[in-house]
Amino acid sequence: MDIACFSRCGEKRQKRKIWGIMDKRNTELLRAITDYLKNYDGPELRIMEVCGSHTGAIAKYGIPQLLSDRIHLISGPGCPVCVAPSAYIDRMIELSLQPDVIVTTFGDLLRVPGSRESLSEAKGRGAKARMVYSPFDTIDLAKKDPAHTYVFAALGFETTAPVYALMARQVLEDGIPNVKLLTAIKTMPAVIRALMDSGAPVNAFLAPGHVSVVTGSRIWEPLAEQYEIPFAVAGFQGIEILEALYGIARWTNGRSGGRVMNFYPSVVSRAGNEEAQTQIREVFEPVSAVWRGIGEIEGSGLALRGPYAALDAGSRGLSRDVRKNKACRCGEVLCGKIPPTACPLHGKVCTPLTPQGACMVSPEGSCRTWFEGGRKR
Amino acid sequence: MCVAAEGTVLSVEGRDAVVDFHGNEVTAKCGLVQVKPGDHVLVHAGCILQVLSQREQNEMTDLSAIFAEVGAY
Repeated sequence: MDIACFSRCGEKRQKRKIWGIMDKRNTELLRAITDYLKNYDGPELRIMEVCGSHTGAIAKYGIPQLLSDRIHLISGPGCPVCVAPSAYIDRMIELSLQPDVIVTTFGDLLRVPGSRESLSEAKGRGAKARMVYSPFDTIDLAKKDPAHTYVFAALGFETTAPVYALMARQVLEDGIPNVKLLTAIKTMPAVIRALMDSGAPVNAFLAPGHVSVVTGSRIWEPLAEQYEIPFAVAGFQGIEILEALYGIARWTNGRSGGRVMNFYPSVVSRAGNEEAQTQIREVFEPVSAVWRGIGEIEGSGLALRGPYAALDAGSRGLSRDVRKNKACRCGEVLCGKIPPTACPLHGKVCTPLTPQGACMVSPEGSCRTWFEGGRKR
Repeated sequence: MCVAAEGTVLSVEGRDAVVDFHGNEVTAKCGLVQVKPGDHVLVHAGCILQVLSQREQNEMTDLSAIFAEVGAY
């Protein structure tokens, strides 16, 4: 058993070592991982996850309780619903109130507050919105109902962008006249760079697994090198997150410098899904984007380009970002500057039933996962 | 929102594939990756994002069982 080699060998050797050992069902090794993380006494680790699904999984599996007091997990801007500015929500509501328009969306966007109300609240005064499982459901709805224009609220990161690209291509290729997209698609590297440049108290990243499926783990390499910090690509099972945290802890304890480690090799390669990357490049172009509570970040968004721009339902220029409740501190939570419990509204006027900010709405929002899981650290 | 689920491709027809998720059959788009019946795939928002490596998938399952034994979750 050689757990010391775990994080410092090359990717192929690393995989062989990890999986080779696991084949033997070496419970001693796994006990060693959890013991190591619980008793870790190296440099203070402040590890940010930038994926809402990681935020949810960390709460679900009770990961913080398995860690030493010297390892802190911080939720970053990884929930696309949480980082949508109020102007986007307002535009979505405005469209849904037009007599010939129906907005389609994933469920967690319905209750996100805009500057005055959420889409769910606007339904009380006639807003028309439908939840869908897939963006492609919007195309089916539109074909059956040509009297209405269907606007899909297309939020997401690199994971979802190629799905929207396929959808846009199908709409154009099939000549469907009554489907539009209201986009708020964001990309990870630019916001991580903005966070690090603003002095975010972070010295390692749990890199988002499904974003990495599309982009490849190589997308984190320039950031790891520039900021000299480790990035560990992780899956979403408790064990996969523990493995990645163990890799970070082993790497950090005793050495410095950047490093990208892939702990999700079943679906993540260094190059990623190159067809998906091509689809994104052909349908979208990089633009500046406003992140709720953070502000505008150059090159951190994607907007429909070329012939696909005709499908845009007015996504550009939605930069206004107004808090429904002036005391809401979602912005600082999203930047990792304060834990959700430091917000004066948390658990008082702001609950999942009465959300004052976006982070309390989505099941992947850090405020909501902390509230529902009773998380203290 | 970036959550994805693993399933098995049952059939492929044109741009669509029928994917089995523990008995629940769902149609998913397959324009981002080449798939064939029997492939284990990762599906996100109604679209197949990647084909899983069978060897590593089995090893991951083994790992899950071992972690359960040591009470990691």
